[in-house]
This record gives sequence, C-alpha cells and structure tokens, in this order.
Amino acid sequence: MTATLNPPEAERSEKPASRRGDRIFAGLARGAGLTILLALAAVFIFLFVEGWNGLNAEEATYRPATDFLGYIGPLILSTILAAIIALIVAVPFAIGIALFISHYAPRRLATPVAYVIDLLAAVPSVVFGLWGGRYLADLLQPVHVWLHDRLGFLPFFGPDPASPNGRSLFTAGIVLAIMILPIITAISREVFAQTPRLHEEAALALGATRWEMIRYAVFPYARSGMVSGVMLGLGRALGETMAVAMVLAVTPVATLNVIGTASPATIASNIALNYKEATPSRQSLLIATGLVLFAVTFAINFFARWIVGRNERKQAKA
Amino acid sequence: MAKSIDVSDLNIYYGDFLAVEGVSMTIKARSVTAFIGPSGCGKSTMLRSLNRMHEVIPGARVEGKVMVDGQSLYGPDVDPVAVRRSIGMVFQRPNPFPTMSIYDNVLAGSRLNSRKLSKADADDIVERSLTHANLWNEVKDRLGKPGQGLSGGQQQRLCIARAIAVEPEVLLMDEPCSALDPISTSAIEDLIHELKSDYTIVIVTHNMQQAARVSDETGFFNLKAAGQPGHLVEFNATKKMFTNPDEPATEAYISGRFG
Repeated sequence: MTATLNPPEAERSEKPASRRGDRIFAGLARGAGLTILLALAAVFIFLFVEGWNGLNAEEATYRPATDFLGYIGPLILSTILAAIIALIVAVPFAIGIALFISHYAPRRLATPVAYVIDLLAAVPSVVFGLWGGRYLADLLQPVHVWLHDRLGFLPFFGPDPASPNGRSLFTAGIVLAIMILPIITAISREVFAQTPRLHEEAALALGATRWEMIRYAVFPYARSGMVSGVMLGLGRALGETMAVAMVLAVTPVATLNVIGTASPATIASNIALNYKEATPSRQSLLIATGLVLFAVTFAINFFARWIVGRNERKQAKA
Repeated sequence: MAKSIDVSDLNIYYGDFLAVEGVSMTIKARSVTAFIGPSGCGKSTMLRSLNRMHEVIPGARVEGKVMVDGQSLYGPDVDPVAVRRSIGMVFQRPNPFPTMSIYDNVLAGSRLNSRKLSKADADDIVERSLTHANLWNEVKDRLGKPGQGLSGGQQQRLCIARAIAVEPEVLLMDEPCSALDPISTSAIEDLIHELKSDYTIVIVTHNMQQAARVSDETGFFNLKAAGQPGHLVEFNATKKMFTNPDEPATEAYISGRFG
C-alpha cells in the first residue's frame, strides 16, 4: 500500500545536507519512514510469535474442523467473497462519484458532495453494523429471493434457498461497499483533479466529448492512483470486523453461496466474535488466523501492484 | 477543405470579465494569419474562441459573430465538439498522450466517437499525416514506441500530425514554438509554409520575426491599459505591418519601443 509514496526526499540525493534545517528535516523524514516499517515488522512478529502454537495445536482446538487448514479455509473463503462483493459494488460507484466531483459537477455542487462522501468515512463501523443488520438486511431480503430465483444456477446464489432475514454475506458485502466507498472516492477524486490540463485540452481540441476526454487523458494519468485507492479499500474490506460480525449469520460450513441462510464468518469478525471466550490455545489459533489475514492482504496487494507495474513496464518497453 | 473565417464585433468574456473587446477581421483561406501583441492582451483567448476551446474555462462566453465559410460557430444548434473536430489546435507545449504510442497518438482524433477504422485505412492515415508533418522518416521504424520518447520538436510535429490526421478545415497554433530550440523552430516554420497550401492557419506568437517569416497577414493586439480588455489595434498584410504600419502603436511595438 505504501508503494505509491515517494521515497523520502533526503534519500534521493547523495550529497550530505549542509544546512541544519535540511539535516533536521531529512532526519525527521527518514525517521518517519523507518518507524512505519518498524511498526509493521512489530505487528508481524507479534502475530508470528503468539500465533505459532495455533498452527499445530491439538485436534480439539480446531473444532469443528480437525486441523488448521480445515479451520481457516471457510474463513478465508468468506473474507474474500465479502471483499469481492464490496469491490464490485463500490468501485464503479466510487469512480463515478469521483468523476462527477472532479469533472462533471459545477463547483457549487461538487464541494458539498465531496464533503458528504468524506463524512461517510467518519461513521464508526459499529453504526454501519447496526444499520446493516437491523435495517439494510430486511430491505435487501427481497433482492436475495430475486437473485436466487433468477441466478440460482450459479454456485453463488444457490442451490440452497435464499436467506429469510437477509443477514447473509451478500448484505455484509454491501455494507462493506458503503464503508470503503469514501476512501476510493477521495483518492480517485484527488488524482482525477490533478490530470494535466495540457492532456485534457489535447483531447478536447481533437473534438473529444467529455467522456472521451476522460478516457484519453484522465484515466491513463490516474490509473496508478485509482489502483492505490482500490487497494486501500480492499484492505479495509478484508480487515473490517465489527460491521460484518453484526450483520452476518454464522455457520462453520464452507459455502460459495453468498445469499444463503448463513456463511462462515470472515477472519476478522471470527476473531472478534470468539476471542473473549477462548481458551489460551484457542486464542493462539485466532491470532494465527490473524497472521493469515495479514499474509493474504499482503499477497493481494503485491499481486495487484505487480499487474499494474507489468502493464506499465510493457508500455515503456514497446 | 480550407475555409475562411469572418469575425465581427467579437467580445469575449470570462464570467463578468471582458477579456477581448470588439474584434473584427477576415482570415483568408489557405493563408497564414499571425496574432502578435504583449502578454495578456487576449491573443490566445482570441485564438481559442475560434474553436471554442476557451469554453473549457467555466463562465466563458462570447458576444458577436464568428462565421466559418458563412456558418456561424456560435449558433444555438452548433455543438462545440463538432467545431473542434473541424478546427484543429496545436498548443504551446507539445502534448502527445503519454500512454499512447506514436501510431496511436496520430490516430487519436480519428478514433473518437468510436469510429471503426480498418488496419489499412489506419496505416494510411498515420503515414500520410506523419509525412505531411515532416516526421515520417524520423519515426517510421518506431511507430509503436511512446510519443513522449521523442524530442520536444519531434513531439510538436507529432501533435501537428495528430491535428491534421482528421483533416480539419482550419489549424490553430498557440505559440507552437515557444518551448522549442531554434532548429526545431525552423523545422516547424518550414512545415507551416508547406501546410498553408492545404489549410487555413492561424498562429499566435510572441516572436515578431517568426510572425514576419511565416505569416501572410498579421493582427496586432494590445491593451489600452492594465485591467482593460484587449483589442485588435491593426490587421494588415504582414509586409505592410512590418514596413509601414497604419497605426503608430503598431510601429512602436514592432520596433521594440514597448512590449
């Protein structure tokens, strides 16, 4: 996630900074950069040390499964399914809103819309959880039935009947989508607004409509920033705890069906739901699942970066 | 293909601010018309009003008439997008699309509105436009490379190729050489001479020698005072402007007494 940030200015130049102000600032910048790496390393070490015993404990610890993979498999599946639903719903909305704010809306309207979207980020996740579980789930229940009737042949919407109360992974994914919308919107909006005027005018002067101008000038310029925004959103969707724990009806049985009566918890919500009542060995297991979540998030981020980087390298070589 | 432009009593506003006042002129087809004048006198705004590019700034509007071969540019049913398709523009700094290859840059305009092009047609447009822009021989072996890898002068010629690929009626150039070295400048000026046989060209320049070298007619813009709108002081054949102008202000500017 930090790949878009430039390395601290100080590390780029070889010459020693001569003025005191320069030296102080260079030190602060370097310190800040190192601190975040240290913090990340500390989290990793904690997870590793505390979770190690959870990786091969007695069979009973993994109940109802019998080993670690059997325990975490359904959780990973749910985590990823929920995050995918959230991204599918949130990304088009977020890009659309960001474009509206940066390129379509008159300034009078753009500023308040941007402000309201930012406010959405300030709503605590527990509130989203309450709203999602008590209100949105009821509201979306007919949608579950509709999806099951029309698309029930897909493993995601069948073959089991649709959830009678809407407290499914699908609803959880929608709640997550609303929660990650502000961050993707905010980042996309900022990069869209920074598109060089020169490139926009190049497209317009050729007779591009506004949408064509956006395709020619804005998207190519903003692509890497958009990916950053989506990755931050994805990170939040994978790790979100409270909202999912409050919305989702939980079963330990793995299923692809996202609109069924119950799904396995996501990794993060499973930790929140079980940590307090857990025995020490069970706690180790939960921390180990946290380690896996950490690794999954990392892997997805690197993979996405690699894809973007590969496209750009291909372009540079061509 | 080339068309003449008639401007009468044109006022250009940005919101309430009157930027250019009372311009009337006739720009002849198949000729080069230069706009000169001190910074901030509205010559770029004037140029942009000829393909409605000034409307990119919110609140921009005009009063008066601009007729291209008898057709009003600002009629109620005229789409600015269509206007810009037939009146091309080259900018102060070269601006090829950074993520596109040389080949795709030339075709950018032709591909708008998702018009379908056969491979043969596309190749043909690319070769013809680049040849026309005196760039073909330099880039024909690396059409797939990004346009930004070219030198500044080559990039500017690429932008000219991109503009003429859609066969516009008029070509507007906003200080096309101001970011280029003298050799590239000379290449662009030669190109302007050649393009004149097919296109109506209007060029804004800060360089009076350049105006004298490339243009057939010249318009001199000036401000009455700071904060006042720009206006057209004199519009005449270039030869006359640079030897025996009608207005003393023109002579003062051209001989370097101000500006």
